[in-house]
Amino acid sequence: MALTGVQIYKFLPKTNCKECGFPTCLSFAMKLAQRATELGACPYVSDEAKSNLEAASRPPVRLVTVGVGEKKIEVGNEVVLFRHEKTFVHPAGLVLRVKDSDADAVAKAKEAAAYSVERVGINMYLDGIAIENDSKDAAKFAKLAADVKAATDVALILMSSDTAAMKAALEKVGEDKPLIYAATADNADAMIELAKKYSCPLAVYGNGLQEVADLTEQAAKAGVEDLVIDPATRGYADSLDALTQIRRLAIKKSFVALGYPVITFPGEGAESIDDEAMLAGMHIAKYASIIVLDNFSPAVAYPLLTARLNIYTDPQKPIQMAAGVYPLGDPKADSVLCVTTNFSLTYFSIAGELENSGYPSHLLVCDTEGLSVLTAWAAGKFDAEKIAKAVKEFKLPDTLSHKKIILPGGVAVLKGDLEDELPDWEILVGPREAMAIGSYLKQNWS
Amino acid sequence: MPSVEIPLEKWTGQVHQVTLGAGGRKTVTVGGENTLPYLHFDGTIPNKTAVAIEIQDIAPADWSPTLLKAWGDVVNDPATWAKKAVEYGAEAILLNLKSAHPDEGNTGIAEAKAVTDKILSAVDVPLIVIGTGVADKDNEILPAVSEAARGQRIAIGNCEEKNYRTVVAVCIADGHIAIPSSPVDLNLAKQLNILLTDAGLPIDAILMDPTTGALGYGLEYTYSVMERLRMAGLGGDKLTAMPIINNVGEDAWKQKEAKVAQGLPESWGDMETRGIIWEEQTAISLMQAGSNLVVLRHPQSVAKVGAAITKLMG
Ligand code: SF4
Repeated sequence: MALTGVQIYKFLPKTNCKECGFPTCLSFAMKLAQRATELGACPYVSDEAKSNLEAASRPPVRLVTVGVGEKKIEVGNEVVLFRHEKTFVHPAGLVLRVKDSDADAVAKAKEAAAYSVERVGINMYLDGIAIENDSKDAAKFAKLAADVKAATDVALILMSSDTAAMKAALEKVGEDKPLIYAATADNADAMIELAKKYSCPLAVYGNGLQEVADLTEQAAKAGVEDLVIDPATRGYADSLDALTQIRRLAIKKSFVALGYPVITFPGEGAESIDDEAMLAGMHIAKYASIIVLDNFSPAVAYPLLTARLNIYTDPQKPIQMAAGVYPLGDPKADSVLCVTTNFSLTYFSIAGELENSGYPSHLLVCDTEGLSVLTAWAAGKFDAEKIAKAVKEFKLPDTLSHKKIILPGGVAVLKGDLEDELPDWEILVGPREAMAIGSYLKQNWS
Repeated sequence: MPSVEIPLEKWTGQVHQVTLGAGGRKTVTVGGENTLPYLHFDGTIPNKTAVAIEIQDIAPADWSPTLLKAWGDVVNDPATWAKKAVEYGAEAILLNLKSAHPDEGNTGIAEAKAVTDKILSAVDVPLIVIGTGVADKDNEILPAVSEAARGQRIAIGNCEEKNYRTVVAVCIADGHIAIPSSPVDLNLAKQLNILLTDAGLPIDAILMDPTTGALGYGLEYTYSVMERLRMAGLGGDKLTAMPIINNVGEDAWKQKEAKVAQGLPESWGDMETRGIIWEEQTAISLMQAGSNLVVLRHPQSVAKVGAAITKLMG
C-alpha cells in the first residue's frame, strides 16, 4: 500500500532542519507521499528507516515486464480495486496460445501477432504469443519458439512443465525475455534457476493461494522477483474469487507474496468461443494482468480489445476525440451539419443517434479539452468564437453546399453570438438530449 | 512462510429485493445480496442476475440484420415473438412500445393497452414495459398499460424527473414497479429514487437503470457509476440500494459494430459474431459492476450470458 504522509513522517528525524528544501519534516513527508520528491533529499534518514520505507512503499502489485522492445508487455503496479478510486494502470496483456503439436502453429501466431485495429485514434493489437509444449518433445518446442520469434514481433510466453524443454527453448529465445510458465511445487528449483540464468520473468502455478504464496516466497528468496502468478482457477466463480482475493490481499493488506500480476486461461474453462470471450471479459474487469486465449478471430479480438480500452481508461482523463469533421452515414455536401464537443461520451451519444437517424450527417467536433457540452460552455471552452473558428479551420464553407449548423440545445444561448461570428450562416438550435436528434431532424431539416 | 488469510469485506447494507410478477404469473426476484457481484465468500447472494429479452410492438425498422435473421418472422407479431423469446430462455419480456413514438406511428392509448393485454395472455413470465422516452406521450400511454396489467406486478419505465409523477401514481395504484433512468449520474440516480419514494412508491418497487452506453460507447462510465452506486448501497444508503436493470441489447445493437454490414475494416471480422460478442461483452462487464437484470436481444447471447450467470452463481 502506498504510504500516507503521516505514516512516512514517523520514519523521519523530526528535526525540521530544512535541508531537504521543505520547511518541516512533515511537509517533506507529504510531498514524498505524492511522489513529488525523493527520500534521498533528506540526508538524515537512518538506514533502518530507509529500508522500512522502501519495503512499505513497494508497489502493492509488482511491475513485471515480459518481452523486449516496443511490444513488450508491462503489467502490474496496480494500486486500486475499483477503477473509479483512481485508475487501472497497465492494461492486461492479451495473448494467443499455440501448441507445438499443431502444424499450423506458426501461421496462427503470425496472423494473431499481425492483427491490429484502430479505435478513437488508438491502435490496438494483441500483445503476445504463448507457446505450449503439448508434444512433450523438447526439440519441437524449441523449434516452434524460434520460429514464432522469427515470424512475430510480440512478447512470448513459454509453456512447459519440463525443465529440459524449457531450457532448450530459452537457448533459442531467452534473449527476448519471454515469460517462463511455470514453476510448480514439483519443478520450482530448476525453473527458478532458469529464470535467473536467462534473466526472464517467471510464472508460478499453485493450487490455492497458499501454494502460490509459498512458491513466490521461494523464488523471491532465490532472487527471482519478476513473477506472475497463476492460482489454477479456470472457471467463472473460482477465478473471480481467487483474483479478487489476490488483489485485495495485495492492496489492502500489502501481502507481498501475492503482490504480483496474475495470468489467466479463459479458454480452458470455456464451452464455446463466446464463453471464452466472456470469461476473458470478466478477467479484464476483475484483475487479470495477462490473459491467454485459445482462439483468435478479429470478430472476437476487436470487442475484447475495446473492453480493455474501456476498463483501463483513466476516469480522470476521459478519452478525447480529435477535433475535426466526422462523417456519419456517408454524408454529401448538402447533408446535416451538427457541432459538439470532444468529450468521447458526448461524441458517441450524438454520433450514435445521428447514424440511426436516417440522416447522413457531418459532425463537427471542437476541442474542448474533453469536457461535455455544458461543462465546456461553463468553463468558457465551448463558445461561439471557438465554433466559428472550427467551421473555418475545417473548411466547411468550401465543402458544404449550405450554410446551416445545428447547435446542441444545451447551449442555445450561443445562438446570438454565433450569428455575429458567422454572419451568413443560419444557426439552428437542436434538442438538449442526443436521443431526440432524429425527431428533431425530421421536423426541422429540409 | 507467510500464511494467507483472506480479508473479508463485510457490508452493513444490502440491495433491496424486488419481485416482478404477481396475480398468477410466474415471478422473478432480483437483488437481496449483501456483497459485491458474485463474491459468495464475502456474503450472501439470494438471487441470480435475471435475463430478459426485448421485443417491440411493431416489426423493428432499424434493427441489425443479424437480429432480424435470428428472429425471422416472429417479429411481425408481438405475441408470437414473446412466446419464442420465452422458449429461448427469457425469464421476463421487455416490451418496447416503439409504435407509440411520435416518429414511429404515434399510436395511442388503445394500441398500448391492446398489445399489453396480448403479451400478458401470450406468456406467463413477468413483463417490463418501456415507453417512448417522450415524456408527454409516455404520460398518455403508460397509465393505460398499467391499468391493463393491474395486479400483475409489471415493471414500467422509463421515468425521469419530467414524468415520474405519472409513472409513480399508476405504479402505486396498480401494484407495479417503476424504472427510473439516470444515465451516468450517481447523484441524479439517488435524487430520482428520493423523488419516487417521497411520492409514496415502496422501496421494493424500484428497479433503477443507470445504463449509458455499450462497449466502446461509454461502457466505462456505466461500469463505474454502477460500482459506485452499489458500494454506496451496500454501505448502508438505502436510497441507492435498488437493484439495477441494464438494457444491454438496445445499447449494444444500435452501434455500428453490431449493425452495419458493409464498408467496414477487415480487422472488425465477421459481422454476426462481432455483434453477438459485442452484446455479450457489454453484459458480462456490467454484471461485474452489479447488474441484477440484463435485457438482451439476440437468442445466442441469451443462452451464453445465461450459462455464464449460472456458473457465477457457483
Ligand atoms: S532534511 Fe530531513 S530532517 Fe531535515 S527537515 Fe527535511 S526531512 Fe526533516
